[in-house]
Amino acid sequence: MSADTDVEVLRRQGRVVVVGASLAGLRAAETLREQGFTGSLTMIGDEPYEPYDRPPLSKQALLGRARPEDTALPRRRDIDAEWRLGVAAESLDRDAKQVRLANGDTVPYDRLLITTGTRARPWFHPEEAALDGVFGLRTRDDSARLRRKLTGGVSRVLVIGAGFTGSEVASACRELGLQVTVAERGPAPLVGALGGVIGAVADRLQRKHGVDLRCGVSVTALEGDDVGRLRRAHLSDGSAIDVEVAVVSLGAMRNTEWLAGSGVAAGPRGIACDAGCRVFDVNGIVTDDIYAAGDVARSPHPLFDYQFLALEHWGNAVEQAEIAAHNMICAGPDRRPHLWLPMFWSTQFGVNIKSVGVPSLGDRLVVAQGALTEARFVAVYGYRGRVIAAASFDGAKWLGFYEQQIASGAPFPPEYRTVDRRTETLDPVDPAFPDPHLPTHGATVTLTGHSPSERRVAFVPAHA
Amino acid sequence: MTSGTLVAQITDYAHRADPYPLYAELRKQPVRREDDGTYLVSTYYEVRSLANDPRLSNDTSNRPSGYARVGQPDPQTGLPPSFIFTDPPLHDRLRDTINRPFGPPHSPRFLDGLRGELAKVVTELLDAFEGKEQVDIVEDFSYPLPVTAICKVLGVPREDEPRFHVWADALASSLDPQAGGADGQEKAQRARQDMGAYLTDLIETKRRHPGPGMLSALAPAMTPADLEATAVLLLVAGHETTVNAITNTTLTLLRHPDLLDRFQKDPDLAVPLIEEVLRYEPPVQFVPWTTALADIDVAGTTIPEGSPVWLMLAAANRDPKRFKDPDRFDPDRRDNEHLGFYTGVHYCFGAPLARIELHVAVPELFRRVKFSGLLEDPPPYRANAVLRGPRHLPVAIEGVTV
Amino acid sequence: MRLVVDLNRCQGFAQCVFLAPDVFSLHGEEALLFSPRFDEAQKDRVEKAAAACPVQAILVDYSDEPTKGVKPHVG
Repeated sequence: MSADTDVEVLRRQGRVVVVGASLAGLRAAETLREQGFTGSLTMIGDEPYEPYDRPPLSKQALLGRARPEDTALPRRRDIDAEWRLGVAAESLDRDAKQVRLANGDTVPYDRLLITTGTRARPWFHPEEAALDGVFGLRTRDDSARLRRKLTGGVSRVLVIGAGFTGSEVASACRELGLQVTVAERGPAPLVGALGGVIGAVADRLQRKHGVDLRCGVSVTALEGDDVGRLRRAHLSDGSAIDVEVAVVSLGAMRNTEWLAGSGVAAGPRGIACDAGCRVFDVNGIVTDDIYAAGDVARSPHPLFDYQFLALEHWGNAVEQAEIAAHNMICAGPDRRPHLWLPMFWSTQFGVNIKSVGVPSLGDRLVVAQGALTEARFVAVYGYRGRVIAAASFDGAKWLGFYEQQIASGAPFPPEYRTVDRRTETLDPVDPAFPDPHLPTHGATVTLTGHSPSERRVAFVPAHA
Repeated sequence: MTSGTLVAQITDYAHRADPYPLYAELRKQPVRREDDGTYLVSTYYEVRSLANDPRLSNDTSNRPSGYARVGQPDPQTGLPPSFIFTDPPLHDRLRDTINRPFGPPHSPRFLDGLRGELAKVVTELLDAFEGKEQVDIVEDFSYPLPVTAICKVLGVPREDEPRFHVWADALASSLDPQAGGADGQEKAQRARQDMGAYLTDLIETKRRHPGPGMLSALAPAMTPADLEATAVLLLVAGHETTVNAITNTTLTLLRHPDLLDRFQKDPDLAVPLIEEVLRYEPPVQFVPWTTALADIDVAGTTIPEGSPVWLMLAAANRDPKRFKDPDRFDPDRRDNEHLGFYTGVHYCFGAPLARIELHVAVPELFRRVKFSGLLEDPPPYRANAVLRGPRHLPVAIEGVTV
Repeated sequence: MRLVVDLNRCQGFAQCVFLAPDVFSLHGEEALLFSPRFDEAQKDRVEKAAAACPVQAILVDYSDEPTKGVKPHVG
C-alpha cells in the first residue's frame, strides 16, 4: 500500500483524537471536516463545557456585560464529533497509539492532536491559595466566581502581577468602583511583554485610573482570618495591606504533565513541534501521527533564527490549528508550514493595546508615530538593525504596515518620514526589558531556544 | 496605449458609464507613473497597503508646487482644510471631536435612533410614486433621502436645500481632477465661500440657541473655522455619495432580473447585496488626493517622495487576485472585504450613516415598487469621475403597494 | 446565537457598534467589547454589523441549538 493510499484511507475512515476542547481544538476539528475528513473524531476536554472563548473572561465578563457561560464559541460548521468532556487525558501510549483518560477509558487514535493549552500559574503556597478570596483567572468558572465576589460587597482587591491579565483585571475592578492595589515584581506593568519604556506608559495609565500600583515588590504571604477568609497581604517591602480579594496573575503554565514518560518532547515550555505542527520525540525525531497546536505548542520560526517560539495568542491558536488539521490528513508534499507572525491584543483602562512580532527580542526602540505622553502611539522594536516588532496604543490601524515591515526584514530604525512623526530624527533607545532570567508575570511570546527537548524553565535571554 | 492616455480616458466623460474596462487595463501595471509624475495604484493589495501606509499623506500641501492641491482652500481665505485633507495627529483630534456626537464611544445610538425617521421619509417618497408610470429614481428617491438624512444629522434646515444644493455640486466637482480647469476651481472656491458663509451664520445661531443635530453639539467644542470646514465637508459628502450608492443599487438590480426576483422573495438578501454594490459600483471611485512623504516601494516600483498618488478603489474592488470572478455581481460572495469605503484612518466617516440609509431604503423600494424596467441603459451620468453616479435613472413602474 | 470577533483583525472601525449598539460597544476610542451571545431581537442588527465589518472579523453562528453530541455530562 502506498503512502498516498494510506492518506486516502485515513481521510475516509481514520480515527482522529483531539485532546484539549478549546479554541484550537475546535477550529482544528472544523478544518478537518471542511477538508473532507469523514472518519471518526473524538474531542477530549477536562472542563465540562463545550469550547468557549477566554479573552472576554477578564474583560466584559468581569464588567457584567457578558456572562461567562455565554462565551461558547460560534461554530463555523457541524463537526460531527464524539465529545468526552469533563474528563482529562491522563497519559499517552505511543506504542499502542492510545490516550488514557482520568476515568480509566482508553481512546485509540490514528492521528492525535494535542491542544491542551495552558492554565493559570497557581499561588506558590497551597494553603494560602486555598483561602476564600484568592483567585486565579483562566476558566469560565474562575471568571464567574471572581465576578460574584467582586460584586458581592468587597471594597479592596489585590492583583498580583501586572501582566496583561492582571492589568485587565485591575482595569475591570476600577470600572466596578473597587479599590485596587497591583503588586508587580518588575519595574512597571507589562514589562515582560513590552519592556520598561512602554511599561512606563502603562504605569501612568494605571495610576491615572486610580490604581494603587506598587512596582518592584512581590507579595510574600497571604494571611487569612479564623474562618479561612483572606484578610491581609504582606509585601516584600515590609508593608501589609488589608484586602478581601487577591487575584493571582503570574502568567500561565503549559499543560504538558500528562505527557511525562510518553517520549514526546514536552516540557514546561511546551511541546516542541516542527513548522508543520508535527510533534518531536525526545530524541529530536519528528513523529508523523502526533500534532500540536495553540498555547501548548512551540515551533521554530524562520524570522527569529529558527528558534522555537511559544505563543499564548488567540490568533495563533486558530491559525496553527488549521495548519495542523490540514497537515494531519494530507501527504507530505501538500503540507503547509505554520509561519504566523505573532499578534496580540489587550484592552485595559479604555486603551486598545496591540502588538505584532516579538517585542521581547528587541534591542532598540523608537516611537515611530504619536507620542508616549498621549498614550496614542506606535512603537517599533529593532533587533540587530532590522524591524522585529511593533506595539500600538490606540493605533491598531497602523500595525498592518509594520507587520509588512517585519515580514520583509526592513531596516531599523525606520528613518523615512511618516504622518504623526513627532521628532525630527528618531533616537533609538533601549526598550528596557527586565533581565529575562528573572521572570515577572511572564510574556505571552517567548523564544525558547533551538533544542526540541528543552526542558528547563529558563527564559532565553533576548539579547544573547 | 501609452501611459498618458489612460488617466485622460478615465476622467473623460465618454467613459463615465462604464470605466471598468479601463480599470482592468490599469491593473496590468499595478503602480503606474503618469507623465506628470502622478502615480496610479489600482490592484487590491497594493491599494490596501498604501491606504494603511504612514508614509502616505492626505494633506495635499505636501505636494511640490505645480500639482493640484485638492482639498486645500485658497491660502488667501485663511480657511483650514476639512479633516479628510489632514494627517494625524491633527486628523485624529478633529475626527475624535466630530465623532463625539455622532458615534461610539460617546454617542453609539445616535444614528440607530434615526432609523424610524428615515423609514418615514422613505415611506413618503414611495407614496408619491402612486399613480405614476415612470419615475426618476435619482430625483424622486435616492437624492432626497440622503439630503434629508444629512440635514437631520447636522441640524441644517431641510428647506434651505435649494440653496446649498448648487454649492454642494460645485464643491464635489472640484474633487474631480479634470473638472473644468481653472474656471471650475474658481467656481468651487466661490461655492466654498458661499456655503461657508451660510453655515457660519447657522453655526452662530446654534451656538446661541442649541437644537438637535451635530452642529449644536460641536459648536462649543471646536473653533468656528474648523467647525465650518467640517460642516461643509459633511454636507457635501452627505449630498454627493449616498445618492450614488442608492442609485447604483437600483441600477444594478434592474440589470440583474434573476437577482431582483430572488431579492423580492428573500428580503434578507439586502444586507450582502448592499455590500456587493459597494464593491461592484463604489460611490467614490478613486482617491486622487494622497501624496508620498517618502520614497515608497510597492509592487516593484518606487514611488518617489512628493509624488501625488491616486488610489483606484473601484479598480482594486475588481482585482481578480482578490475577488473571484470580479466582474460578476454576486451577493453570495463570501469574505467581501471591499474597499468601497476606503480603509485605514481615513475610512469613510459617513459609512455607518450611508449603510443605515441603504438598509432602510433598498428593501422598502423593492418591496413596494413593481418595476417594469430601465428606460435608459446606460442612464445619463454626472460629470464627476470620482463621485461617480447617474444624474438621472428613469425607470418604468407598474405600481406601488402599501 | 453566538458570535466572536477576531480582535487581531479588528482595527476599531466600530462599524458594528453603529449598527448593533446593544451587542457591540467601544471601550475608549478603539477597544471593542462584544456580547458573545445574542437573541432573536438582535439578529438583524448583528447580521448587518457582521456584513459591514471592513476587515470581516466577526464570526456569527445563528444556530440556536446546543451543539449536536455535546452533553453537559461528565465522562
